[in-house]
Amino acid sequence: MLAGVGESGAGTSPAAVELTGVGKVFAGRSGEVAALAGIDLTVVVGEFVTLIGPSGCGKSTLLRLVADLTEPTAGTLRVNGKSPRQARLDQDYGIAFQQAGLMDWRSVARNIELPLELRGWDRRRRRQRAVELLELVGLPEFADHRPSELSGGMQQRVAIARALAAGPRLLLMDEPFGALDEMTRERLQAELARICRETEASVVFVTHSIPEAVYLSDRVVVMSARPGRVTRTVDVELGERTEEIRGAPEFFAKVTEVREALRGRRGAGSVAEGAQR
Amino acid sequence: MTGASAEPATQLAVLGAGPEPARVRRLRGRGWVRAARRAAMSAIALVLAAAAWEGYKAVGSEDGGSLLGVRVLPRADDASMPHVWEILRRFGRPETAGTGSHSVAVAVLDGVWFTFRVAVAGFVLGILVGLLLAVVMQRFRLAERGLLPYVVLSQTVPLVALAPLVVGWGGRLRVGSVSWQPWMSVAVIAAYLAFFPVAVGALRGLQSPPGHAVELLRSYSATWWQTLLRLRLPAAVPYLIPALRLAAASAVVGAIVAEISTGTRGGIGRLVIEYSREATADPAKVYTAFLGAAALGLAAAGLVALADLALRRYRPVQER
Amino acid sequence: MTGRVARVAAPLAVGAAVLAGWEWFVTARRIRPYLLPKPSAIWRQITLNASDILDAATVTGSNALAGLVAGSVLGILAALVASRFGLVNELLIPLAAAVNAMPIIALAPIFNNMFSTTSTVPRRLIVTVVVFFPLFVNVLRGLTQVAPIHRELMHSYAASGWAFARKVRLPNALPFLFTGLRLAASLAVIAAVVAEYFGGVQKGLGTRITSAASNTAYPRAWAYVAAACALGLVFYLAATLLERLATPWRARP
Repeated sequence: MLAGVGESGAGTSPAAVELTGVGKVFAGRSGEVAALAGIDLTVVVGEFVTLIGPSGCGKSTLLRLVADLTEPTAGTLRVNGKSPRQARLDQDYGIAFQQAGLMDWRSVARNIELPLELRGWDRRRRRQRAVELLELVGLPEFADHRPSELSGGMQQRVAIARALAAGPRLLLMDEPFGALDEMTRERLQAELARICRETEASVVFVTHSIPEAVYLSDRVVVMSARPGRVTRTVDVELGERTEEIRGAPEFFAKVTEVREALRGRRGAGSVAEGAQR
Repeated sequence: MTGASAEPATQLAVLGAGPEPARVRRLRGRGWVRAARRAAMSAIALVLAAAAWEGYKAVGSEDGGSLLGVRVLPRADDASMPHVWEILRRFGRPETAGTGSHSVAVAVLDGVWFTFRVAVAGFVLGILVGLLLAVVMQRFRLAERGLLPYVVLSQTVPLVALAPLVVGWGGRLRVGSVSWQPWMSVAVIAAYLAFFPVAVGALRGLQSPPGHAVELLRSYSATWWQTLLRLRLPAAVPYLIPALRLAAASAVVGAIVAEISTGTRGGIGRLVIEYSREATADPAKVYTAFLGAAALGLAAAGLVALADLALRRYRPVQER
Repeated sequence: MTGRVARVAAPLAVGAAVLAGWEWFVTARRIRPYLLPKPSAIWRQITLNASDILDAATVTGSNALAGLVAGSVLGILAALVASRFGLVNELLIPLAAAVNAMPIIALAPIFNNMFSTTSTVPRRLIVTVVVFFPLFVNVLRGLTQVAPIHRELMHSYAASGWAFARKVRLPNALPFLFTGLRLAASLAVIAAVVAEYFGGVQKGLGTRITSAASNTAYPRAWAYVAAACALGLVFYLAATLLERLATPWRARP
């Protein structure tokens, strides 16, 4: 059901994201920094993949490469079968960052409408879509409020709604819940899981919270730092995500497995990926 | 982003800005390159300005240009707009036709020196008043509420319009045993313009220590005075530095404007007025006086920038 | 005292106390008018000369307004150009900083020579020059200080340069523009009044102040000064009102 490296989803939909031998080197003040080296990764359509690892392992850089916010120094990337730049120009993905980044001179609804304005949607259609999405993220009454009137969690929900606005098949999220408290995080995780199920989008998600990674993903990609590499991939098959699942023994087992992977120890029954450190 | 070019912006925005970030960047390596580039650009800008002046003279009409019947472009003849080199030459020649008259350059320098000293007096007075106000406003919340609006208001309204009236104090007022000199009026006006940035900046600085720092001192049973000396004043230093820069610039400009408004003798402002009266006969002279005043303003700004540079290593490192 | 009430009451109380103290001080110590007239005498002169004051204020006010508009337009245009072309930025900023360090008022006699004596242009030109700098600097800051996250977001939307300018840079720069405008509004009135101290045919507040002073009618001179202050206040409040209307999203303390 889930593809590992090299399997090309025979006959069915192509990979949403495909990285081969990707590397990124930054020229710093005191020499070069290899943020990423030899990354091979495939995200199948409809899959929720999380990148997890310690600070400096390059997970955010990897996401930015996919989003064409920066360019690789080695290897090839294919997003939706195209180059990242083309995918960006064709607007094939939606992105959400750690900060909501809402524009405070626009109302909540108009913030969500921003990508649609840029695509030339007419006013009525935009408004309709914004209302739809606000329902989806549970903020229907806040359409005409100012972002400054919303709490951090609510702003982040609006940012996610904005990322979904044009109905992208690929979602890129860089620690979107990082700045929130634990309770809000768990609530938003549940909503995100629901939304992704309903829209069947592929997701590349970056986090450094293990429970979050396990809760949300079909597959957790564990990375290590200096240079950033993929050390292990953990398949998570927990079925439909409910609140009860957070207390289930299978959940804890997966969390432990990911934790062990992060520490560089092999657990039982996991699939080893890529080069080991 | 706008690192070097943020200088004037921070000056103006000191009202809204926090402390100046402690840039512990020394002038070496890249720093020198940036400073040299900035100096080169300033020189080029100056040359371009002079070229524009001469260019306008070359193409402009003798009667100036009109827009909708109103003359908005100045006359381009030599009487209204002397050539740049004529102005520069005028510096070397004698001030008046009389015998024993100094050159214009000497007269202008004398005037500049006089105004500079008065501006310094105003600067010092402004600092004292500003600090006093800030301390009082910090101590008494009610004082802050009652006085701060007026402090802000003092700069939004043209109180400097009082200048001609204040000059009337010269020779007729005695403060203690000292008779009021006309230059004191100028110093007072300069102080009036200078105290505002100091008051606002110092107040922000005195209020800047976070709640937990104040509570720490309270737990040591420190008196308000001790808290002021040991916590608030040191915390205020990063806020004071940009404020002092602005105050110095304001003091100089204020002194010159006050001199011009009151006609006080001895300073560069007076020279501007005197020379402008002879403008029809001697057009280049009034420009020399203006350039002297402009140079004073620039020199003051430069001095303050130098002082800021020298003090940089003593500024506490602030974390945002 | 509750916050809001105290915030209005305290300055009013201070103002009233100062006026009362001033009145008492001048009366009790028999201070001569040429040093400091009584508030009551000043008030009397205000009411006596009300229509003259209004006329003079209109003249000065129109000078200030004309210069404010001209200087703002020029400052905004310069900022737009400077934000687009880095080289212009590097040239204009030192020039603008230098101009701001100079006593621009000292240009008044020079401008009087450049233009005919009956023109209002010299004074309006001084105001324009004074207003230009705060507008230029603040609008430039607003245009260049775009939050990196907004930049990246628009890049991820493959937005054109024009779309980015229209949807992000311009609205982002508005609050900065109004900060500059508030400052410039006060400066405009100050410059308009002081510029009149240099001759040229004019009937504004500045001239009235100097002529009243030279006629030793000091309470009347102070009355005109009070009118000048009121004019400055009006300009400042108008700018603040404009700001609230144009940038309703700004959080007010």
